[in-house]
This record gives sequence, structure tokens and C-alpha cells, in this order.
Amino acid sequence: MANETIPRLESYDDVALTKAFGELKLQFNQEAMLSGSPEGRESLRVDWLGRKQGRLTQISSIWLKTAPDSAKRSLGQRFNEFKAYIEQSIAQELSVESAGSGRPLDAIDISLPGTRSRIGIEHPLIKTMNEIVAVFKSMGYSVGVGPEVETDYYNFESLNFPPNHPARDTQDTLVVAGQERKALRDRLLMRTHTSPVQIRTMEQQAPPVRIVIPGKVHRNDAADATHSPIFHQVEGLCVDTNITFSDLKGTLDHAMKAFFGSSVKTRFFPSFFPFTEPSADVQISCIFCGGKGCRKCKHSGWIELLGCGMVDPAVFGAVQQKQPGYDPKKISGFAFGMGVERIAMMKYGVSDIGQFYSGDMRFLEQFA
Amino acid sequence: MKILSQWIREYVPSIAADDRQLADDLTLRGIAVDGVFDLGADADGKSNGSLFEMDITTNRVDAMNHYGIAREAATIYNVPLLPLDAALPEFAKSSKPCPVRIEAPELCGRFTARVLRGVHVGASSGVVAERFRLLEQKQIFNTVDATNFVWMAMGHPTHAFDLDKLEGGIVVRRARKGEKIKLLDGTERTLEPDDLVVADEVKAVGLAGIMGGWDTMITPATRNVLVEAAWFDPATIRRSSRRHGLHTDASHRFERGADFNAAPVANALVCKLILESGGSVEGELVDVVIPEAAARTADRTAISLAVSEVARHLGATEDGKGIPAATVVQYLTALGCDLKASGEQAYAVKLPSWRLDIEREIDLIEEVARVHGYNKFANTLPAFAGTVVDLPQEQKEATLRRTLLALGLSEAVSSTFCSAAEADVFAPQPGSSVAMGNPLNEEAGMLRPSLLPGMLTMMAHNLHRDVQDVRLFEMGTVFSGSTERVDENPALSLGATGAAEGTSLYPEKDALFFEMKGAIEELCGKFSRRSLYFDTFAADSGLLPAWLQPGRCARAVMDGATVAWFGQVSSAQAQQRKLKQAVYVGEVYLHRLYKQALRQPISRELSRFPAVERDFSFIFPNAISWQQVAAALDNLALAEMVSREPREIFPGAAGKPVPEGHSSLLLRAVFQSQERTLREEEMQAMSARVMEALRDLGGQLRA
Repeated sequence: MANETIPRLESYDDVALTKAFGELKLQFNQEAMLSGSPEGRESLRVDWLGRKQGRLTQISSIWLKTAPDSAKRSLGQRFNEFKAYIEQSIAQELSVESAGSGRPLDAIDISLPGTRSRIGIEHPLIKTMNEIVAVFKSMGYSVGVGPEVETDYYNFESLNFPPNHPARDTQDTLVVAGQERKALRDRLLMRTHTSPVQIRTMEQQAPPVRIVIPGKVHRNDAADATHSPIFHQVEGLCVDTNITFSDLKGTLDHAMKAFFGSSVKTRFFPSFFPFTEPSADVQISCIFCGGKGCRKCKHSGWIELLGCGMVDPAVFGAVQQKQPGYDPKKISGFAFGMGVERIAMMKYGVSDIGQFYSGDMRFLEQFA
Repeated sequence: MKILSQWIREYVPSIAADDRQLADDLTLRGIAVDGVFDLGADADGKSNGSLFEMDITTNRVDAMNHYGIAREAATIYNVPLLPLDAALPEFAKSSKPCPVRIEAPELCGRFTARVLRGVHVGASSGVVAERFRLLEQKQIFNTVDATNFVWMAMGHPTHAFDLDKLEGGIVVRRARKGEKIKLLDGTERTLEPDDLVVADEVKAVGLAGIMGGWDTMITPATRNVLVEAAWFDPATIRRSSRRHGLHTDASHRFERGADFNAAPVANALVCKLILESGGSVEGELVDVVIPEAAARTADRTAISLAVSEVARHLGATEDGKGIPAATVVQYLTALGCDLKASGEQAYAVKLPSWRLDIEREIDLIEEVARVHGYNKFANTLPAFAGTVVDLPQEQKEATLRRTLLALGLSEAVSSTFCSAAEADVFAPQPGSSVAMGNPLNEEAGMLRPSLLPGMLTMMAHNLHRDVQDVRLFEMGTVFSGSTERVDENPALSLGATGAAEGTSLYPEKDALFFEMKGAIEELCGKFSRRSLYFDTFAADSGLLPAWLQPGRCARAVMDGATVAWFGQVSSAQAQQRKLKQAVYVGEVYLHRLYKQALRQPISRELSRFPAVERDFSFIFPNAISWQQVAAALDNLALAEMVSREPREIFPGAAGKPVPEGHSSLLLRAVFQSQERTLREEEMQAMSARVMEALRDLGGQLRA
């Protein structure tokens, strides 16, 4: 092709460059439209992209070489974008052609959407719960379960919540009707936490114990965007000789890294639970901002995630009545627990906890 | 709770850290500061310090005040905590001290009283006014402000009476049955003997540890006051507070255990503040102490602490040094414990009167961990020699869940409760549902005996939002029994509505029934079993569940046990829930299914010889079901017939080749031998037997 098809650049400012490349693009599009036959397309390709005499090569050598240093960067960038456009356009023309003209009579319109069999969607809570459980299973924990309707003894008393103790106030309890005549310890209620399964497991099994307990729990809480009277917990318990607070720290640090990613950090704060001593709240570094501070972590860089502690000797004392192996002078252990809803809400950005229990297909389909 | 940093620093002047650092250091030791707000400077340009918004766990009532937090700060930084200055001005000894009598020594462990005369009741000024302003605490007048100020300073509740309205000395006694008292909040309460009152010789003048009485309250006209600071039994105060629905700062502290030794100090601090506006002390402090109560609190027996136990529970520190004995002594001493060596690396620890939450060695170990800082302990992993054991049902549940998801049903979670009316309709055994004592709401009065109320609620939820294609399942617990004993069983519910296509065997309107039947067959197929069949009952048999539509439902029976009921929702239920399109639901009784083991697949050798298909077209009366046809063919016991399937069924009509009341059935049988290629004569013989069996059943060969 002759040199005169390459327009001269009047100026190197942004306006002039935009105009010049715009004109080149228009020219290319017109020629591309007219190149109906396979031969025509090949000549279009050679004309624009040919290595020695192609127009792009010429543009490159004429425009770029004469450009002042200050404009080279901007010009080069626009040139590369234009070149990519031409390459992509020609490649598309060729692929349409291979499926297009000369297309067999029974050819399929491959651009129509694919057919899919419907696959059921895992519930985000169950999925999250199973994922947490899997992390602990890989660390040697077996799954434990227990009843959702519990006695006062297993839900409170054996876990060192004495009758009339203020700590019971923090767990508003749903109770089964007609319990008033019974002794307090035998009264039936909806378990307020999965912790009773700790006791039930230890009563059945001498140490060592490593269990992870997923389950549904209930509290008499008013429902709002972040509270539900029905929710799920995953609880863990590890008892053996020489289990220490530093083992608790290491275990949860490892588990959080396994669940959220190896860059996650943990930190521990003193807290209070009647059935652990020492007790701790655990925060993880914000999984959204990496600890720099963002809206999700209220600009603190940390997210509170679970409660834990060393099993209180009084809890072992309650178990010892049935399993003498739990002598608090010889063994020790730790327990931890976390809310599944809270983790799932954080992980998936769910803003209303009620959606988990609505069965709304539009909500569930987001987790497909 | 709000705390002023300047007030903390008054008690611990040598803290070097700034307010933010102080807040962080306290938080890391469990004295959580949720927010730090700069209070700017006063008129002279002197900084007002910061306001800390605290969130302190319920076990640490001792730290819910400025002096308590100051003690924590002194411990963290290992700097001195100044004693509270409770010195009163010189006063003359009185010849007749105010009489105080404790008539209920098991409920009131200590009572201090002091009389001030000629006081001036007016507005507070000075430090009290300034700090109240910063804390946005409402000022009342100096006598009341003094008790509130001391409460915030050191956390002991006190009360001031108008002395001239008291008739005789103080009596602390149980209330008389039906005794009435008008309290400071203006309400009149009727008391019981379980309530403890502070009284004079004539009447109750305060509900002990909760609220003072109206009749003896301080007014601007008051000239002489009696200041009370006492110690009451926690359980008594808690019961009283609950009974009267009165939760006050004082009850909060007393029911969690106040500091037995704080009463005289708090009394003096209040007096000192009141005297700043005038007046004088009359006589010595009257201080009645019940020794048994002191023994349970301030004078508890020392507990022993072995340093080796600290290491056994806490493990490794990040610096690898562990926590040496000297450090243990330093931490606990700063917290107010008195440690005496009692052998090699062991101590007898006398506990501070304000820390009733500390009772045992493990409590001391927690304190050591807390003061040291949790994050200074190493992260270690315990060795483990056990194995992971699967629960008996874990695999079964996982298999069902995986199968249901593959079948295109999505998992849902619904409420654990239902209404009494729903329990009546859906309970598999009538009358065995369990009621809740304090239900969340009217619709949640019963523990669910079935997952179906929840499933129908979710189906309706979708349909009412114009979501027309729904396939859901839920796996959860159902409850039966009585309020004496509740049984829990695992169950599975299925729900389906919306588009489903008809086939050559059934029309579109029946498609969801077969989709659900297929799902149940698939689920049952995962378990080993001897038999599985489906049947149904007539509407008037009394054997159909009320929630199913007669003629459009079935039950699945596996090895003689009913494992599922499913079908179209009854028109009554559909109407009640305003379901605008046909909804199919089912419930699988997993406790019965789980009795079977998961099926172990066994491979058998595939035949090397060709299979031969034969189609048979017959007209049958509608009374003949496919099950009867299949049974007739199976009864032939043809070893080579490897399958027989219905291929097409269409109903007849008047005037058509297939008459009304009849259907045409196209049946395909496949024959194959394991040993040889089947010969034409053999095929003809077997076909003839098939046709004979079909004719015997009432079938008519189509031309």
C-alpha cells in the first residue's frame, strides 16, 4: 500500500491523537465491512498487520519516530490499543468465517445459551457449618451431636451455671410447658448453646476426647436483622493430659487460618463464660481489608468471631460423677464455640439473618 | 458504663501511657474499653482527658467503677495505686450512738450508719459538678450526688436518710407479709417475708440493697442525715429485685457480690462530700458486722496456689520463659491478694474482699494469664493419639443430602416451632405434640412434630412473591412425646411446585407426583433393603394423612415400615395457605430409613451376548395398575427377561379405538442370556408367555 494512506499527524496533543486514531479506526472498519470473501479478508490482514509493509508497521515507524519525546508515551499507548483492536477484529472475522459461509445445513447456532439440569443448592448455613466441621475433623476431631431439647442440668447446672446465678440471665431460655412441678435440674428447655453435648460426650467417653459439635440452638431473643431466636453453633472440646491455654491458642489460630486463609491472624481477649476458666474472646484480622480497617470491621482491622477457654474444673467435677477419668488434677482441656450465622453473614455479605430461614429460592439461588 | 480517664489517673498518677494506650492495655486484659472520646479542655486550657465507654463482663462487678479500673491499670503497669482518702474532720464523740439492729443476720452481713447534723442541702459544686458534667450525669442535690459520686468512684452503693423522719433507730429485718412501702420512684410495693427491708422502729424505710423509701428521702429542708453503707446477701437481693421488677445500680452490685470491707470507706467518703457544704459529724461510725458473713467474704480462708499448676494450665509463653514465681507474686499482689510462701513454689493466697469471683486456684491462674496478656502466650498444637470416629448416621445423612442436591432440590432451614393447629394436622401420631411454656409467639406454641408446616410456609413464601418454580428439602429434628419426656427424631421434608413436564406415561398435571416419587425411590435406593413398595388408601379409610389430597398421594413402605408419605397438598391446606398453584410435599421418616445400612454396590458380570427388545401393545381396563402388570410378568420367572418397562400409556375415549374406561399400554421387555445368543424360537416362546399373562390379566392385544 502506498504511503499516502497514512495521514500526517498535525500535532501530538491528546485531541489530535484521538482524532487521528479515530479516523484510522473508521477506515479499517469500512474496509473490513467490504472484505466479503476469504481472500478479501486475508488481504485485509496483510494490508494492516503485514510485518514489513503493513500499515501498522508504517504508522509505527512514521508517527512514533517523528514524535517528540514528551508525546511518545501517550502515542505508544494509543498505538498499542489500536493494534489490539485490529488484531481482535480480524481474528473474529476469521472465526465467524470458519463457522459462517460454507456453514453445513445442520450447523448448530452455538451462540444460544446452554441447557443445564437443575442442581440443588447447598444452604449457606449448612455449607458453612460443614466447612467449619471439616477443618476440625482434619485436626483429629470427631463429630458429636446431642438433643435440641435439654434438661436444665445439662444446659446449665453441669456447665457451672448455678441456680439463680446472674449468668443465666444472658441466655434467655425457651422452656417446654408444664415443667414447674419438676426439680430444677430435670426441667426441659430448648438448649441455649451446643455446650451440653460436651458434658454428654465426656459422660460417655473417658479422656482423651476431641469432638466438634455442630447444631441448632434457641434463645428467647427478639428477631431483628442480626438476631434470630433460632441459630446454629459449632462447638469444640479437647481434653487430655497436659492440654494448655497455649494449645487452645495454637489450635484456634491454625483452624482460623485453615478456614479463612493463611494470612489471617488471631488475637485473644479475656472474657467470661461460666464453664471455662480462663475464658477468652477471639478476634481475627479482618478478612476484607487484611487488618487495615474498613467498613466491615468498623475500621478496627479486627472481627470478633468466637468464644473459648480452658474447661472449668467445676465442669470436670460434674462429669466425674459418671466418668472418674475426668480428674481436674490430672487432666485439662479447652472448649470453643462460634455462631454459624455470624460467620456465614460475614462471608457471604448477608444483611438480614431472617433470610436463612425463609426458604426463598431467590435468596438460595445466589449460593448456586 | 462511662469512665473518665482523669479520674483513673487521680488514683494512679504515675501511668506513663496516654489515654488511647491505656484503653488498649485495659481491653487486652479483659477490662474492655469499647470507645475512647476526647473531652477537650476546660476554660483554663487544662485537658479534660478522655471518656471511656466500657463493656465489662458480668463477673467483674469490682471493676465497674473508677477505683476498680484504676487498680487494673496499676497492676498492668506495675505502678502504685493510691489508697482512697476517707479521713473525716475531727469530731466530738457522741454519748449515744445511733442504734442499729440486724434482725436478719443471714440476709444482711454488715451495716454502717453515721449521723451528720446541720448539713446544707443544695447544688453540688467543685469536682463533683465538673465530673458529673463530663459524664452527663444528672445532678440532683449534694447529698444525693454524694452517694452517686461515691458509687461511680468505688462501686459501693450507699443511701442517705432524712434523720428527722426516722422514728427510732435502724432495724434491718425481713418484711412482714403484706407490708407496704412507697419507694423513691414513687411506686408503692407490697412486700413478702423474703424481702429484706431497712426499717426504723415503726416502718420500713427502704427495700434493702435495691431502693430507698419515699417518706425518709432527703429534701431541701433536710438538716440532719443518716448515711447508710451496708452489705447484703446476693441471692436475697437478686430474688427481691426480680420479684419487684426493680433493677437498680445498687441491686446490680449487691446481687453479684459487693465488697464487704468497702462499707465503712464508702460511708466516710459520702459523709466527707456532704460535709463540704457544711454540717458536722455526730459520733463514731456505727458498724455492725455479722462474723459469719465476714467469713464468707472478707475473711475467706487462704487458698493454695502451686506455680507448677500455672504452667500446667497455661502452657508456653511466646518468649519461652514461662511465668516465673516472682511474676505470679507480683501480678496477684497488685490485684490485692496477700501471698505467703507455703513450700517449694507454692503459696497460701489470701483473697481480696472485693473479688468474690475468685474462689479457687484456677481463678488465680486465670488472673495470672489475664494480667500477663493472653497474646503473650505461644501458639502450640497438642499431640493426639486418638482417631476420628464417624457418628453412625453421619454417612447416611451426607449421602441423602448429596443425593437430594443432585436431584435438584435446594436445602432450606425452617422454624423449630409450629402452631397448635398445625401440630394437630401434621403430627404423625395424634396427640403426641409438645407445647412450649413461653412460646416466641402464638404461631410457635408447639415443638414441630413434622417438618411439613415449615415446608408449606416456605412454599407459600415463594409463591406469594411470584417465585413459581420451587424445589426444596429440609433435614431436621422433629419432636414428639409429652412435656414429661420429649423424643427427637431426624426427618426430611420435600417440597415441589411449578414447571414439570409430562411424559408418554403421564400428563403434565401429574408430573410433580412422579418427580417426588422418583426422588424417594432414589433416596431409598441408597439403603440396603429387601422390599420397597408404594401404596395409598381411600379418602374414607381414615388412614390417609389429613394434609394430603386423596387419590393424589402415596406412602412408601420399605421392609414393612412406612418410610414416607408424599403427594399433592390437600385442597383444605392449599386454600388455608392461599396456594395459587398445585404444591407437592412429602415427609421421609429418617429414623426408620436409618435403621437400614447404606447399600453396598456389588458388581456383576455383564453379558457378552446381544440383548433383544420386544414391544407389546395392549388395552387394559383402568382398574389394572402398572404394578399388577409388572407382577404378572415377574411371576413368569423368565430368567432371560432382564427388564420390562412401560413405554407409553394413553387413555381411551368414547368412539376411539381405545374405549372409555380403558388405556393403551405399550410395554417393552428386554431379553438377554448370560450364556448364549437367544434363538428366534426361544424368543417366540417367551413372547407368547408374556402375551398370555397380559391376556389373563384382562388385557386385549392391540391390532
